[in-house]
Amino acid sequence: MTEPLIYDLGSPGRAGIKMPDPDVPLADLPADLARDDLDLPEVSEVDVVRHYTRLSILNHSIDKGFYPLGSCTMKYNPRLNEDMARLPGLAAVHPYQDPETAQGALELMYETQEWLKEIGGFAGVSLQPSAGAQGEFTGILIMRAYHRDRGDTRRTRILIPDSAHGTNPASTTMSGLEVIEIPSDARGNVDLESLRAHCDDTVVGLMITNPNTLGLFEDQIVPIIELVHNCGGLVYGDGANLNALMGIVRPGDLGFDVMHYNLHKTFSTPHGGGGPGSGPVGVAEHLAPYLPGPLVDIVEGAESEGEMPRYQLVMPARSIGRMKAFYGNFGVIVRAYTYMMVNGSDGLRRVSEMAVLNANYLRARLRNTYHVPYDRVNMHEFVIEGRFADAPGIHALDISKRLMDYGMHPPTNYFPLIVHEALMIEPTETESKESLDAFCNAMVSIAREAREQPELLRDAPHSTPVGRLDEVRAARQLSLCCRPIANPD
Amino acid sequence: MSNWNIPTDLHYTKTDEWIKVDGQEALIGITDYAQDQLSDIVFVELPEVGTSYSANQSLGVVESVKAAADIHLPASGEIVATNNDLADTPEILNQDPYEGGWIVRVKLADPSEVDSLMDASAYTAYCDERG
Amino acid sequence: MSYIPHTADDIQAMLETIGLADVEELFTAIPEAFRFPTLDLPEGLSQMETSQAIEYLSEANLPAGKMITFLGAGAYNHYSPAVVNQVLLRGEFLTAYTPYQPEISQGTLQAIFEYQSMICALTAMEVANASHYDGATALAEAVILALNAARDDRKKVVLSGVIHPEYREVVRTYTQGMGLTIEGDEPASADLNTFIDAIDDQTALAAIQYPNFFGQIDDIARFIQAAHAHGALACIVADPIALGLLKPPGAMGADIVVGEGQGLGIPMSFGGPYLGFFATRQKYVRKMAGRLVGETTDAQGQTGYVLTLSTREQHIRREKATSNICTNQGLMALAAAVYLSVMGKHGLRKVAELCYHKSHYAADVIDRLDGYNIDRHKPFFKEFVVQCPRPVAEINRYLLETYGIIGGYDLESPYPDRKNQMLIAVTEMNTREEIDLLAQALNEVEQ
Repeated sequence: MTEPLIYDLGSPGRAGIKMPDPDVPLADLPADLARDDLDLPEVSEVDVVRHYTRLSILNHSIDKGFYPLGSCTMKYNPRLNEDMARLPGLAAVHPYQDPETAQGALELMYETQEWLKEIGGFAGVSLQPSAGAQGEFTGILIMRAYHRDRGDTRRTRILIPDSAHGTNPASTTMSGLEVIEIPSDARGNVDLESLRAHCDDTVVGLMITNPNTLGLFEDQIVPIIELVHNCGGLVYGDGANLNALMGIVRPGDLGFDVMHYNLHKTFSTPHGGGGPGSGPVGVAEHLAPYLPGPLVDIVEGAESEGEMPRYQLVMPARSIGRMKAFYGNFGVIVRAYTYMMVNGSDGLRRVSEMAVLNANYLRARLRNTYHVPYDRVNMHEFVIEGRFADAPGIHALDISKRLMDYGMHPPTNYFPLIVHEALMIEPTETESKESLDAFCNAMVSIAREAREQPELLRDAPHSTPVGRLDEVRAARQLSLCCRPIANPD
Repeated sequence: MSNWNIPTDLHYTKTDEWIKVDGQEALIGITDYAQDQLSDIVFVELPEVGTSYSANQSLGVVESVKAAADIHLPASGEIVATNNDLADTPEILNQDPYEGGWIVRVKLADPSEVDSLMDASAYTAYCDERG
Repeated sequence: MSYIPHTADDIQAMLETIGLADVEELFTAIPEAFRFPTLDLPEGLSQMETSQAIEYLSEANLPAGKMITFLGAGAYNHYSPAVVNQVLLRGEFLTAYTPYQPEISQGTLQAIFEYQSMICALTAMEVANASHYDGATALAEAVILALNAARDDRKKVVLSGVIHPEYREVVRTYTQGMGLTIEGDEPASADLNTFIDAIDDQTALAAIQYPNFFGQIDDIARFIQAAHAHGALACIVADPIALGLLKPPGAMGADIVVGEGQGLGIPMSFGGPYLGFFATRQKYVRKMAGRLVGETTDAQGQTGYVLTLSTREQHIRREKATSNICTNQGLMALAAAVYLSVMGKHGLRKVAELCYHKSHYAADVIDRLDGYNIDRHKPFFKEFVVQCPRPVAEINRYLLETYGIIGGYDLESPYPDRKNQMLIAVTEMNTREEIDLLAQALNEVEQ
């Protein structure tokens, strides 16, 4: 089942919309400025609606079924968030309007900053970064700026555990710093001895994900942070896994100096097939002057008695600069703020408790069928091995593809790299016990098929719109655009 | 017993390149083990002719769908030719890594540098060790 | 706690399976001194109360639609056909992740492939990626591409002062650790010749905006030739709506075309989320950052789409990746694809023509007012600069309080020598009556 390209629909001369004729005199356009042709589709509105509706049903989505993609926190995306982001008083506000005409938007941003500070235990928050990877990049630039501002230019190294997400080293390189990889120990935690050996006066900081990518809380986190602080380094927390920690522990209290939040994971904003996200950064007091701006602050002294506070945009004193134009992904921030308001203080703790309960329940139910390499109480996710000693030739990928036939999205494959044939499972708190049981039953059934009918797995998926796609062909015979473009060279 | 084709007349590096010396010049490529680990190769980034590199320096990249590996020069020298067939048919590296799949021809700065590299038996042991 | 389905019985049964007595036992790995902090935050509200509270907040703002607006400067009040928002609300698009599993992500993948194709058509470039966060970060990624393409032999970038001031700031933020020199925009008011003269043989990339920040159409063909004469890559920051009418940068030889796609059906939303589009030549495709969707086939020979060339990216290349970027602006790229489909070949041109005619009408009527002058030394598209008789802030206050008009952008803070200069944006959304009212109000301020 496939759908033609939009360019292959319609007919010359057809239009999807009627725009009005000019109500002003026509102005001349110098002929040498105008383009000759514009190669866009010629389709009707109904062509467009049907085409994109038919495309949409080729997708799996949270709305359609279980989506246990590890480290991605695919929780239900509340529809109230969507309504709020579309209120005309929020969606139709221009970023350069006089702040006096955008006090509601500024207040919403200010409140979001305050909530995030309290949840993470930080002194300052900037909502600027557009996504998690940009939040990370921001955090590294802040650490770098802090050291350079003190005249300490010897520090050029960032320590990163080998289990870290690939964006950690990539963001480090973009900041002009050097990556030093720290191995994990047998329990899947950072190897303290190796860390100690690398802690010296060339260290900018350590980047660490806690809970780590195995879903385990680093129980040595306090000594790890002490080690880094004692050599003058800073500690960056990758907040990808914050869904396990709200109201459970505050990274700022543990001594983290910087952390980014993923509003599109923890705070229920939709992933939209790859974005937009939002990756605010929280920092301890000593790093607050370096935050990217502008931030929202209350105008001092502007409020007379009984009046509402006035809000303004401010640039922190020693800011690393802007990470994007304007103030952050405001529409995403509205959704996250809506979610926080609905949950409140107790609700957020309940979110993390149930996310962790769900993940441990899955581990307990699957541990007799699949090997769990680090089999202890985990946080919001855990990792199993997608291979069986008595079913040679079956890989994690085959299990993943077969899950699609059961109507579920596969777990994250082959990550973290330190587990063979890794399948990383994160159910999130919005899944009911019935939905978890259905997943376990599917996984147990697939394990049986792996032994009895291995070809069922190797040729899977069988029920999807297309089968396994030829990625080698895609890369060798690059076709990235369906239109012929004349090359002027 | 090794699963890979490892010709006895070549020298090998720890980063899985081979070098075949012919007087002052040498041909360089990646080994059968390397192509097997990378699986289907989809792209090779080649250096410019005339550039000089020192031993172990990266001169290009081999990419498959799932991985990318730097190509290191086994011994110092200047690039005198590159295998332009690889631009359109990178799969030669999978099919014929030692003949059709040569990557660069180099004018060696010091042919004796090659003596410190692994011979076929040492490299076979090195591959077996890694599985 | 609207979104958690667990009953007390469920929790009890699950704890039994795990072998624990209560939920708190799940958290013993956390140092006790820090466990279960009290969050000083309000209690949760019902959905109904939350909705009322946020609606109340939203009413403290004065949005376009309720107001007449002539404010642009990088975010525009363009019309978004109803179809765009309706397609975005489809849960299958809205609640899907990045399409890592192509068999169950063909909807997202094909939509992005179509988006890439439409961006190529609009810019006349050979390849476009799946998008960046916004126009500013797309420009920063163009700089990084050029540095990589020059293999670090060139460490200078020349940015024209007519590029959006915040875009130039973002490039400086991104590159602060890269040991780079950035020239060309000091002072920011430097003219085209001064900018072109700053390009030399050390320049990896030179960039200009089209139409520029002041709405004007520069001679970009001359700029591109000058950049190429020094072996530098020529980058154009373009307005996609303007490309409905104006000659595309690809046809003039640009190496990279980036820009802000907000005008393509995406709400202004107080500055984000927007859409950074990025297009380049085929020969730079492996140096390009960001996600790319390519066409291929399955075992049955059916056409399908996959993420391709991922060896450029952070999850494989780690510290050697072309960028740290992980995602694209998937839903915003979908919005642009739907917008460009429904507008189509004829509609986009019409939108661009409406912007052109209406802004020229506005410029004409304002130019006739005493005390106001329009900068007409170059052609312009939908924005133009007005020299005003008084400070812009003062005029804007009058427009707002007396007529409910949101006036233009005050150019003085990013360009200190542009005192009392207002940048006015006119789109297809502005009626002749609104423009006449603006002129009347401006006239009154002067008196």
